[in-house]
Amino acid sequence: MPHEPDHRPVSHPHDPATLRRVSSAEDTDWPGVRLHVVTGKGGTGKTTVAAALALALASRGKQVLLCEVEGRQGIAQLFDVPPLPYEERRIASGSAGHGEAEGGQVYALAIEPEAALLEYLAMYYRLGRAGKALDRFGVIDFATTIAPGVRDVLLTGKVYEAVHRNRRGKNQREYDAVVLDAPPTGRIAQFLNVNSELAGLAKVGPIRSQADTVMTLLRSDRTRVHLVTVLEDMPVQETADGIAQLRKDDLPVGGVVVNLVRSQDLDATQRKSILADGVDRKALESDLREAGVPVDGHVVEGLLREGREHAQRRGLEDEMRARIDTLDAPTYELPRLSEGIDLGGLYELAADLIDQGMA
Amino acid sequence: MSTPRTSTSRRGPLAGHADLDTVPHLDVDALIDAPATKIIVCTGSGGVGKTTTSAALALRAAERGRKVVVLTIDPARRLAQSMGIEKLDNTPRPVPGVNDDAGGSLDAMMLDMKRTFDEVVEGQASPEKAAQILNNPFYIALSSSFAGTQEYMAMEKLGQLHRDAERTGRWDLVVVDTPPSRSALDFLDAPERLSSFLDGRFIRILLAPAKGPARLMTAGLGVVTNALTKILGAQVLKDMSMFVSAFDTLFGGFRQRAQKTFELLQADGTAFLVVAAPEPDALREAAYFVERLEEERMPLAGLVVNRATRLNLAGVSGDQAAAAAEKLDGLAAGLLRLHADRTRVVTRESRLRQRFAAAHPQVPTTVVPALATDVHDLDGLRLVGELLAG
Repeated sequence: MPHEPDHRPVSHPHDPATLRRVSSAEDTDWPGVRLHVVTGKGGTGKTTVAAALALALASRGKQVLLCEVEGRQGIAQLFDVPPLPYEERRIASGSAGHGEAEGGQVYALAIEPEAALLEYLAMYYRLGRAGKALDRFGVIDFATTIAPGVRDVLLTGKVYEAVHRNRRGKNQREYDAVVLDAPPTGRIAQFLNVNSELAGLAKVGPIRSQADTVMTLLRSDRTRVHLVTVLEDMPVQETADGIAQLRKDDLPVGGVVVNLVRSQDLDATQRKSILADGVDRKALESDLREAGVPVDGHVVEGLLREGREHAQRRGLEDEMRARIDTLDAPTYELPRLSEGIDLGGLYELAADLIDQGMA
Repeated sequence: MSTPRTSTSRRGPLAGHADLDTVPHLDVDALIDAPATKIIVCTGSGGVGKTTTSAALALRAAERGRKVVVLTIDPARRLAQSMGIEKLDNTPRPVPGVNDDAGGSLDAMMLDMKRTFDEVVEGQASPEKAAQILNNPFYIALSSSFAGTQEYMAMEKLGQLHRDAERTGRWDLVVVDTPPSRSALDFLDAPERLSSFLDGRFIRILLAPAKGPARLMTAGLGVVTNALTKILGAQVLKDMSMFVSAFDTLFGGFRQRAQKTFELLQADGTAFLVVAAPEPDALREAAYFVERLEEERMPLAGLVVNRATRLNLAGVSGDQAAAAAEKLDGLAAGLLRLHADRTRVVTRESRLRQRFAAAHPQVPTTVVPALATDVHDLDGLRLVGELLAG
């Protein structure tokens, strides 16, 4: 369902006038999903979309944990906070008014494999001293380096722990949803398919059963993998390949988020007329003059040249949209914000996701 | 925002308003025409158009008379097809349709990471030992998904192509694309990371029994082995230890090769092009990379800012256009809104570039405007080449 966002003036997310849809918490495309995995090709805005989704869920009154696993500190940069430690930190609040009395909170966590391994050892094996010894002997480094499968089990294992946490654990925060800013599309199936990644390495043993447990969650109805793309050839191709791979591996595909969509200032007829060079220049010139634009030959030609480039790009975007429609996954669109992404921009994108039913 | 790393070229806070007109221009043609330029490495974070830039550069150099080989990592399917390299076989092949009037030529290849790694192993070990290594599950994991393997193998292949070029005279310029890693710095660190990993304490411990002296078998090791057996299972430890001892003889060779590659990157004939998009993340990575090259004394040729937004209309300001659009509807309003939007984008991109230039005023830069269409054939690459040359 390609969604054509109409032109939207820059608005403040807390302004009730911008909320086009107020609905109940269960009125979303992904009601039972606890773990939202967000992937995408480099440069498509995967982290931005993950953050916007977390804010959107929080705005629907949920307690949300936003995780990153690549040691990139992308979340900290996006929210303009100091680098995240291996510790859950509150970084933002959802905005109220999306069918909920009060917005929820967004917590963030940067998962590091080394810290996750030590925590895992402490939790399941009570390996106090041995855990430290492992670190001293470089085993942690070795295990997380040489066996990427082991590293991915640890990273996804921590996510699993956050999803399954309950209040019985002391001082543990419980989350309604976890959003994972995952590795890029090219690596996502391999990353999530921890089972087969480990297959050659650990055929039996505790790390293997840990992998099996994680796999059960990842393959369940509580998990969805969303793919972020832009309307360009390569990212769309990668998205198609990624979806095919995920489906082959029995991993649940969620939605396709089309990011950085160009402004929709010209309609199809207008674009067609510009591309065919059929614009009535006289009429355009008099319109411009009427509105007080200082008109000379350059102005009309310049505007038309910009219009033509835009129309060409939009034409390609439409081709890409048609390809995305064949992927058989719900589609969401987010606009290219001309001012770039800041916290205000994130709230705008979050509101867009809520409007389109993603959260 | 993250703290900037220290750099000798960084200027004080008052330098925040760099004038983009004073930024030195990167003369791409001078770079590719100079016979002294033997290697060009295109680097930058993922999604900024590195592959297209390296292919366009290679094509332009070839059509200006250089004998070029370009190593691409992961080209778009249609681009790969048009360059005749859709087959991943690690062999450079002539690109069809290149204009050879100036006496140049263009060969292209796509990196097969695992094949390259296998070849290194096969080239260094006896057939028996090589087979043993190639079949070990740890080697398979290492060679297909070790974080940094792709980067390391790109550098390994670069070294091979360079040696071939020197030996046979088939090429006089090697252009390399770098893998789409999360960080532009990964490939610089990859050889070091692999060799320090192979030097790691734990590996030496695993090797110790094979080497005799039991003094490495400290009390702590028992604890470690027990813990590992408990977590991973005994079979994993056995495979691991087999892999490490089989690999042992190769370690020295690997380290030496990594060192050689590093030296090659520092050599005078090498030129780094840092590619970025006018976005905060990409330019931040570019800045880190520029600083890092400086630290490592690696020759930076300049910065390519790809996909920049261009204004076709200077006379009407964004505010003017936005205000006028409110009074109109139809096509005029749409075009004015488009122009206002574009002006905002251009302002933001210039601000980002100014910030980069303030910290790195000496870095020659070329700005490549965004194209209205995707590049998937030689004509598209020629156009990008022209734009690169300014």
